[in-house]
Amino acid sequence: MWRTATVVALRDETATARTLALAVRDWPGHVAGQHVDVRLTAPDGYSAVRSYSIASAPDSNGGIEITIERLPNGEVSPYLTQEVMVGDELELRGPIGGWFVWRSTQMEPIQLVAGGSGIVPLMAMLRSRGSASNSGPFRLLYSVREVAAAFYRDELAALSNQGDSMAITYAYTRVTPTGWPRPAGRIDGSLIASVTWPATLRPTTYVCGPTPFVEHAAELLIATGYDRERIKTERFGATGERK
Amino acid sequence: MTIISRGFTGRRSGADAKLPPGQYLTTDFPVLSAGPTPRMSLDRWEFAIDDSRNILKRWDWKSFRELPTENFTVDLHCVTRWSKLATPWEGVPLDILLADVKTNFQYAMFHSYGDYTTNLPLKDVMNKQAWIAFKYNGADLEPEHGGPARLLVPHLYLWKSAKWVKGMTLMPHDKPGFWESAGYHIYGDPWKEQRYSEE
Repeated sequence: MWRTATVVALRDETATARTLALAVRDWPGHVAGQHVDVRLTAPDGYSAVRSYSIASAPDSNGGIEITIERLPNGEVSPYLTQEVMVGDELELRGPIGGWFVWRSTQMEPIQLVAGGSGIVPLMAMLRSRGSASNSGPFRLLYSVREVAAAFYRDELAALSNQGDSMAITYAYTRVTPTGWPRPAGRIDGSLIASVTWPATLRPTTYVCGPTPFVEHAAELLIATGYDRERIKTERFGATGERK
Repeated sequence: MTIISRGFTGRRSGADAKLPPGQYLTTDFPVLSAGPTPRMSLDRWEFAIDDSRNILKRWDWKSFRELPTENFTVDLHCVTRWSKLATPWEGVPLDILLADVKTNFQYAMFHSYGDYTTNLPLKDVMNKQAWIAFKYNGADLEPEHGGPARLLVPHLYLWKSAKWVKGMTLMPHDKPGFWESAGYHIYGDPWKEQRYSEE
């Protein structure tokens, strides 16, 4: 069932990523981690559909936010990040997905690991934790190319100042801020060992990002003793090994 | 009523005509899995067929690889909307694996290393419609794509083509597997766009 969503606000997260705040008619509610399908239709009837993770916490007024990274050769993401204006209507289906989700009744330690725009569904989990006043222990490891590529920087900074039950660590793969203790590079075993929950706490773990990142992060977590069956993954894109 | 997207033209290609509704063409090979990639050593690998009471057939890697194989080229359609055309595989047809199996059951639950499951009608994995594939594009199948061996049922959405497959349980009635229990369609025909359980 396709629903009508009206764009009520736009917000740039980075030079290439934009958040669309949508008011959705008859929105049934969602759980953090779920996604929606967005359908664009040209005047001649041609249509294209893509899936986007919901970034916002559940909201009883039918509002949702999606954050979209513009892909250089994308068909839909350039339109959504550059053409769409406040007041436009989009068609949307969802929420979709019942596996890569965090529910506010979960009180066990949660380990989030994001690569690039993989932060989006994990941000929905962080926001849901806040809006549900859930005080369960959360940690986020967020790998980005450089500071300017990180989504939600101010909000994450505010969250990380809220005490011991929330810790947020950035890892920079290309350029670090001045004086950053760890050189630029992809995440490795020693970083995982020092900033993620110890395996003995048996955290539920959500890993989201490009396929090579997710493969690498999941292998590192398993190597430190994480239970394979408590790691949920969401990947996007190819392995990059062959065309 | 369809909403026309002001200023949207889209990027069409002739190849889209061959695609099921709502799919777009990709030339790379995206990966979708619910958890970490299992790494299976071939000396511990097996594939078994059971009816939940008895094991009816079982192969280790050596006996599996002694079975007749086929080279086949098929189109893949993922529920996340990418389609990849003309992918070349080598595998053992399910017809060979099921040749000596006598059953009145009409459904099967496929199981994978890593605990993934997916359900299929038996008629959909017989008559040259399904394979246990172990080579892609002439090379051993990589773990990310389901190696050492995966099910391929290309006429249904790709989540039915269980990666890291280790066996099938014959069932008298249909039952939802992993994604089928998490909001996805019980059957998954891409040409009828059976993506989600609401449809």
